[in-house]
Amino acid sequence: MTVSVHYFARLREELGRQGDEAELPGDSLTVGELWRHLHQDAPPERLMAAVNQEQANLDTPVRDGDEVAYFPPVTGG
Amino acid sequence: MAVEILPGDFDPWEIVRQAEQAIPANARGAASVFVGRMRDFNEDEDVTGLFLEHYPGMTERELERIVAEAEARWPLLGCHVAHRVGDVRPGDALVLVATWSAHRIAARDACSDILERLKHEAPFWKRETLADGTDRWVEKNTPGF
Repeated sequence: MTVSVHYFARLREELGRQGDEAELPGDSLTVGELWRHLHQDAPPERLMAAVNQEQANLDTPVRDGDEVAYFPPVTGG
Repeated sequence: MAVEILPGDFDPWEIVRQAEQAIPANARGAASVFVGRMRDFNEDEDVTGLFLEHYPGMTERELERIVAEAEARWPLLGCHVAHRVGDVRPGDALVLVATWSAHRIAARDACSDILERLKHEAPFWKRETLADGTDRWVEKNTPGF
């Protein structure tokens, strides 16, 4: 399966890139498992996420073709 | 209902004036307006600039969802939300939330609810430039008082 990954704000700067195109075995995994696969590490504290531009959490399933975003806590307004 | 992401400086009062034209004049008993602007200080330090990042697509969807949920909860005649993105200078408007209703409590409570949910749920991030030229990402919202 193929997943398009986006990073925002401090996370984008720390990782040094806007995103990843991930090729993964299998046909489903969770947002948290995807982070571990990409970064070989546990997700950072207070990590926020979205799947297909809707709020998600580490247990939200990710499937082929999905758009996944990881970002720090939001600070708008 | 209207939601706008604006890459340049904007006049929130002009937006309010224009948006109000679309509300039936004899029914709009109450308008509630919040305008947030950039300060030149934060956490006891001088701030000279601000960069506002957003998630194009998701940010608009989140704002539309927040407004739709307010419209389901209060009897609103109209609602307009505008939010600045990009490079911002002190004094520039950052956010506008305007609500219209027949009565004051619906207008006021909906305006307050939309603003608070925007600050906690909509994907925007602030990076401040301090007087010494260094940058820092804002880690959390101010408490609001």
